[in-house]
Amino acid sequence: MAAQVKERRVLPGFRITLGYSILYLSLIVLIPLAGLIVKTSGLTLPQFWHTVTSERVLASYRVSLLTSLFAALVNVVFGLIIAWVLVRYRFPGKKIVDGLVDMPFALPTAVAGIALTSIYAPNGWIGSLLDPLGIKVAYTPLGISVALVFIGLPFVVRTVQPVLHDLENDMEEAAALLGAHRWRTFRKVLLPELIPPLITGFALAFSRGIGEYGSVVFISGNMPLKTEITPLLIITKLEQYEYSQATAIALVLLIISFALLLLINTLQRWSNRRLRAS
Amino acid sequence: MSGAVPSVANAATSAASLPTDVRPKHLTESKGIRILLITIALLFVALVVVLPMVTVIAQAFKKGWDSYAEALADPDALSALRLTLTVALVAVPLNTLFGAAAAWAITKFKFRGKNLLITLIDLPFAVSPVISGLVYILLFGAQGLLGPWLIEHDYKIVFATPGIILATMFVTFPFVARELIPLMETQGVQDEEAAISLGAKGWRVFFKVTLPNIKWGLLYGIILCNARAMGEFGAVSVVSGHIRGETNTLPLHIEILYNEYQYTASFAVASLLMLLAIITLVIKGIIEHKMANSRKA
Repeated sequence: MAAQVKERRVLPGFRITLGYSILYLSLIVLIPLAGLIVKTSGLTLPQFWHTVTSERVLASYRVSLLTSLFAALVNVVFGLIIAWVLVRYRFPGKKIVDGLVDMPFALPTAVAGIALTSIYAPNGWIGSLLDPLGIKVAYTPLGISVALVFIGLPFVVRTVQPVLHDLENDMEEAAALLGAHRWRTFRKVLLPELIPPLITGFALAFSRGIGEYGSVVFISGNMPLKTEITPLLIITKLEQYEYSQATAIALVLLIISFALLLLINTLQRWSNRRLRAS
Repeated sequence: MSGAVPSVANAATSAASLPTDVRPKHLTESKGIRILLITIALLFVALVVVLPMVTVIAQAFKKGWDSYAEALADPDALSALRLTLTVALVAVPLNTLFGAAAAWAITKFKFRGKNLLITLIDLPFAVSPVISGLVYILLFGAQGLLGPWLIEHDYKIVFATPGIILATMFVTFPFVARELIPLMETQGVQDEEAAISLGAKGWRVFFKVTLPNIKWGLLYGIILCNARAMGEFGAVSVVSGHIRGETNTLPLHIEILYNEYQYTASFAVASLLMLLAIITLVIKGIIEHKMANSRKA
């Protein structure tokens, strides 16, 4: 067995590159994350439970989850339309629009945060239009969602785009030949193929939204129980030197993120299998 | 999480095949629907992406060129710029080295636990930036696991430059590796094995055979890594301690100015980071174009 493995390794550098990768990964990522778990184990279970289910903490989960959910849903709808238009239609400025979709990846979150706040504040460009109608965006949960829509947009577009691009025409041809209208063809033939990437894009945007801090902290107003997101609450606890509380809340957030990561990986495997099968 | 960040592999395939945007009439929508969908897409991108960019410029130049230049020439802004460059200059090369090593091990060899390793490399993308900073406080802070030892020996990690660099390294950890792994996977090992059988040594094989094949993907990973390293806010905010002129990076400097109601100055500094983002995306576009061309050739 050992000889067999050796035979296959014609190329040099296996041990050193793998060893270095694992060492570096451990030092920068794994050991620090393990430290978080070690620190939390300093709390007894009732203490831990009391911390992570206190009223203010529960409210922060609610704000984080609901605003991320809403933003991810908005991105699924508009992300699909943008991906569709970019893959299937021709229009002036298409290349620029395609590039702009990546802007939320490249633009530092703090820059996005102050820009969005200044747009949607009651005296801002859009805020001043909405204010007379009684709609407040900045410093409300709606404002948090606006920031998360910005952050999450590329995830849906970039997940749907390649799948839409690689779809073969034959099914659509058949549907058209059999007399189906475009809308019916879309619903019955195309949408089923697009469901896996849409769910993946949704989950990626949702997961990013739950952890997001920089773009949200300016526009949210940060009122406990109302517009305080979980990542901000962790920082607040840290600044009050409540290390064990901060750690406990962080562990809950981490568990949610990892569960989502697991879900996303499973979805992508499912989606890849479907693509290969078709 | 292969959809987390734009990948050059996806982009190259989409540019390489024939345009699908010229479709036969029975396979596309009526003109009215097409115009409606394009309008919705353009309006959404304009509202969500373009408007914030315009705002940054408008606010930065609200009081004219002089106060714009003044905000950028401010000693605190300059020291923030210096720190941001220092952090990127350390974090990006280290993560690049890791990315190349990990991609070599993963794509050129078979071993058990490979998929686990790939998942672990992606882990930092799933972690909230705030937690990425917090873990270093818990390790190196005064109350941290190594805190007492560090204080005894007078080493300062958190609330100082090393902590900022570590948090940045954590956040930007996967960028280069995740760009290189799919790219090198598709290229296989034949070229390298041929070079070895002709008597070339390991380093020579990497620089003469592998590197020319992956140079665009590598560059792609590096510029994305750099953009994130210079723009990271949450993780750095937790470990920085916000000492003006000492532990403030550009994004943190923006926050301080904003919270002091110095909006014009804050947006002036923000415009600098926006310029970095635009340059990053332009380079990214050029690389995608090159990749698509080299694939066609």
